[in-house]
This record gives sequence, structure tokens and C-alpha cells, in this order.
Amino acid sequence: MQKILSRTCVVLMAVSLLSACVTINIYFPAAAAEMAADRIIDEVWQLQPPAAQPQPNPNPDKKVTP
Amino acid sequence: MKKWLMLGLLALSCVVQAQGNLEVNTPAVSSLKASMQGRFAQLEPLFAAGALGLTRDGRVEVRDPAAIPLAQRQSATSLVGAENRDRTALYREIARANGHPEWEADIANTFGGRWIDKARAGWWVQEAGGRWKQK
Repeated sequence: MQKILSRTCVVLMAVSLLSACVTINIYFPAAAAEMAADRIIDEVWQLQPPAAQPQPNPNPDKKVTP
Repeated sequence: MKKWLMLGLLALSCVVQAQGNLEVNTPAVSSLKASMQGRFAQLEPLFAAGALGLTRDGRVEVRDPAAIPLAQRQSATSLVGAENRDRTALYREIARANGHPEWEADIANTFGGRWIDKARAGWWVQEAGGRWKQK
């Protein structure tokens, strides 16, 4: 029983490994391409990501009340 | 022994799965970016005037030549030509740098969607059907 289980595990991992290789080598990584495009476009159009310009708090003394 | 083999396989598969990244830091990409960045100051008013539009395949097109003063029409056209040459070279270079020249069209279309998404209000962009739409 233990032997069958561990063998199944090995097979599953091998399949996962193989599918990962196939994914990287054959399919176009759309999400990665979008991220790369965003970075390049922001540079070319000089768009600042919102995090790069933190808005100063107009009332630093005022405490936020819930 | 088997346990170690399994652990090794698992670790390797994690590493391989994590490599879904695109290489875009090549000297050619940097110089194309700089070239396009320098041109943008001249293109921007043409986009704002509605003379130029952004196509879905990641290029710039003269949408309405009448929106450009006659004296500037020639220079605007050559500006668009230079921009499109840079863009084509950029998509090709990214595809090449990642070892997949056949990805060029996919990269161009991905960029097309992102340029359109990031276009400012009032600019003209191409819809999925090919029609122009003002943002």
C-alpha cells in the first residue's frame, strides 16, 4: 500500500515537472507579457505608478476616528 | 532514498514553475525605450488632437490626417513611421531575447491591449472589431 502511494507521488511530481517545462517552452506567458508591457509603457509614457508619489496627509495632526 | 528523490523532484518542479517571466532587460530594449520616450513629447499632442490612434496590434496609426495642420502632416507621418519601426523592433527583440521569435505577434497584441488600456481620456483607440473609439 505504502509502496503504491509513494510511486503515485513520484509519477504525479514527474508529470507536474514535465507539464511545467512544456508550459514554459511552448505556451506564450500572457500574464508575464502583460507585466512586462506595463513596465515598458510606464517608462515610455513616463506614467508614475501610484505608489511612487505618496500623497502627503493634509492633516497630519488629526487622528482618524472610526 | 526514495524520499529524497521525491523531495528533489518537488523542489525542481517548483523552481521550473516559478520561471514564468519575460526577459526585457536587454541593451536593445533599453535603447528602443529611450528612443520612444524621446518621441513621445511630439506624439502626445497628436494623440490629444485625435489625429493618431492606437491599434490593437500595438502600433500607431494616422486616424484623421485632417486634424494635423497641413504644414505638419508630412513630419507627423514620418514620426508615426519611426514610432512603428521602434515598436516592431521592440516586440521582435523581446520575442528573440526569450528564445521564441514566434511570440512576436502575441507580444505585439499584448502590448496593443496595454497601450490602449493606459491611453488617456480623449485619445482614440481601436476596438476589437477594428473601429475607432474615443476614450
